[in-house]
Amino acid sequence: MPLILTEEQTMLKEAADGFLAEHAPITHLRQLRDSRDAEGVSRELWRAFGEMGFAGVIIPEEHGGSGLGAVEAGVVAEALGRTLTPSPFFGSSVLAARILIDAASAEQQAAWLPKIAAGEAILSLAVDEGPKHQPSRIATTAERSGNGFKLNGAKGFVLDGHIADALIVAAKTETGTTLFLVDPKTAGIEIERTVMVDAHNAARITLKDVQVDADAVIGAVDGGEGALNAALDLGRACAAACLTGAGDEAFRVTVEYLRTRKQFGRAIGEFQALQHRAAHLFTELEIAKAATLAALQRLDAGADKADLAVSVAKAKAGRVAELAVQEAVQMHGGVGMTDEYDVGLFMKRVRVLNELLGDAGFHADRLARAGGY
Amino acid sequence: MTDLETFRAETRAWLEANCPAECRGPAENDEDRVWGGRNAVFKTPAHKRWMEVMGERGWTAPEWPREYGGGGLSREEAKVLASEMRRIDAQSPLSSFGIWMLGPALLQFGTEEQKKRFLPEIVRGEIRWCQGYSEPGAGSDLAGLQTRAEDRGDHWIVNGQKVWTSYADKADWIFCLVRTDPDAPKHLGISFVLFDMATPGVTTRPITLISGKSPFCETFFDNVRVEKENLVGTLNRGWDVAKALLAHERTMIGAMGDMGRPMGQVAVDSLGLDDSGRLDEPMLRTKIAELEIDVAAFRLSMERVGDQVKARQVSPAIASMLKYYGSELNKRRHELAMAAGGSDALEWESERSKGGTPAREWLRTKANSIEGGTSEVQLNIIAKHLLQLPGV
Repeated sequence: MPLILTEEQTMLKEAADGFLAEHAPITHLRQLRDSRDAEGVSRELWRAFGEMGFAGVIIPEEHGGSGLGAVEAGVVAEALGRTLTPSPFFGSSVLAARILIDAASAEQQAAWLPKIAAGEAILSLAVDEGPKHQPSRIATTAERSGNGFKLNGAKGFVLDGHIADALIVAAKTETGTTLFLVDPKTAGIEIERTVMVDAHNAARITLKDVQVDADAVIGAVDGGEGALNAALDLGRACAAACLTGAGDEAFRVTVEYLRTRKQFGRAIGEFQALQHRAAHLFTELEIAKAATLAALQRLDAGADKADLAVSVAKAKAGRVAELAVQEAVQMHGGVGMTDEYDVGLFMKRVRVLNELLGDAGFHADRLARAGGY
Repeated sequence: MTDLETFRAETRAWLEANCPAECRGPAENDEDRVWGGRNAVFKTPAHKRWMEVMGERGWTAPEWPREYGGGGLSREEAKVLASEMRRIDAQSPLSSFGIWMLGPALLQFGTEEQKKRFLPEIVRGEIRWCQGYSEPGAGSDLAGLQTRAEDRGDHWIVNGQKVWTSYADKADWIFCLVRTDPDAPKHLGISFVLFDMATPGVTTRPITLISGKSPFCETFFDNVRVEKENLVGTLNRGWDVAKALLAHERTMIGAMGDMGRPMGQVAVDSLGLDDSGRLDEPMLRTKIAELEIDVAAFRLSMERVGDQVKARQVSPAIASMLKYYGSELNKRRHELAMAAGGSDALEWESERSKGGTPAREWLRTKANSIEGGTSEVQLNIIAKHLLQLPGV
């Protein structure tokens, strides 16, 4: 398969970029932030995401979605990276939707997939616990109790967890990991909204003797790891797409600045010191885009070692986007440090996306282990 | 099965039957590779056979048209062939400047007679080519070249000197930039010509590099007769051909960023694993993992650029990006190989090092970011042609 978007995918990209530029440009993020919005995301925009078919991009048509794949989800994620738009897309349309599609019962699917596709429900995946992403070391437990399970533990960096209509909690059971679909209003659950550095939102969630019924289990008891990993890998590939979108946009703005900003009587883009750094960054960005698209395509193809392609993409896109935003601020000089200019917002968003679902170090380690070193 | 799946199955079977065991696994160094030509040297008879059977099928140049001896494969079929060759670790049957550089330029600019005459013998590895570009006074400023060709009616007489001519002492023919109009602006008086290195008046002198080897030569032309039928493209417009060819050369040099054994394995062989199964050298492990990420991403980028070129979504200047990144990557790779080898890799003359192979290869890579246009020249091209930054 060629490593470029198909005609249909290009049309989706144009639709997503066009829609976000019109309805949720960076001023939208600023408005939510500066008004200290009670939810931190716009429900209205989320419903519009449903109408446009973005919210249900990977959800099968029988559940009201578009029935598309990872590449298309990545196209939407990249568009969100360009405009830095806060959206339940990651938590609901990517992570939760993937788990529900792959592992949930018919009842669970019927209850939530159409609502996600319509942009009506917000779901959150609670997997991280410590400051770093370590899904192989989940400490939250679920013990058999009565007709179901009792959950204990603490989760963090739960995207949109403060406004979730349902939580998917990953917990340790006797011999493995089990996924639970939990009502956030259940007794014993405490949720603290954590406004993050990029003005997007997550939550800390503590679970103290939280009693859930047996039908809260998604898939098999002790058998949640496969569905969890599939969702994490799709999330990582989409995070890579979001990072390339953010990095690319920060770069575009910076090149424009190099062309127009004058010092010493000429455009600063005439200086070779800056030209070479810009050219280097361009190169890195193109390479990150190739790695990202390849990872998304391999997920869709169910290819051998698609997980490793995902790690290459997440690590590479993360490092490159980091370089892009650092260069963006430095090349803008003093104004790059101001809240008024957007480049600082890109720096913040990239920092969060880098940490999300494993940073470059996490993925480098995963690749090294797979490579036998 | 789709056509492509059928092609894959057939290709796999054919490669299994025809790729000799001796030609599987990484080529150990430059000299082990097959370069073909009138005086071809083969490491084993199997290497000769491998070149010949692949050449017969046109699979040394898989995407060239069949009428010129090529494989006539589509881009997708060529990708399948490459992946099937990688699967069995098949060595390249033929390394060739003819395939990588001259051929694509001839396909674009050559006459029908030139294509029919030169391309099939390139595909079969019968003629080995070298490139006469750089001169003592024309390095990064290549268009400043001074080798001149005087018009003598049906032929030219060429006088001058080239330098950094790769394998000029082993090549059969040369594609060469000469000045045919000394009075025109420097880019507009250059022509692209072909001639036999056995022509009277051509002499070569190998240059010993820091690696102790001599892949490059000085090449001297003293009243060399060049037939006019061997002009490629338009008279005095050789710079257009040269630039197109440079793009192919740059892609080729860039592709060196994706060669050899996985560095993690090289390091494990040298240093071993610790109790938790990790490379017993944690700082190096991190650097190697970062390199392997970049190598994998770069490989995908080469594929993507190929697809973009095919779909006409990108400027030819994109070759500068691949050249820049791939050559820097290859240098990094060999720095890590030296670190992984430790003092073993420092041996210059010993049995274990096979005559200092790691150290010599490491030193050779330092030329990657100079030959074919320096990294700085590539960055200039990217800034000017791809970013449209002002004032270059």
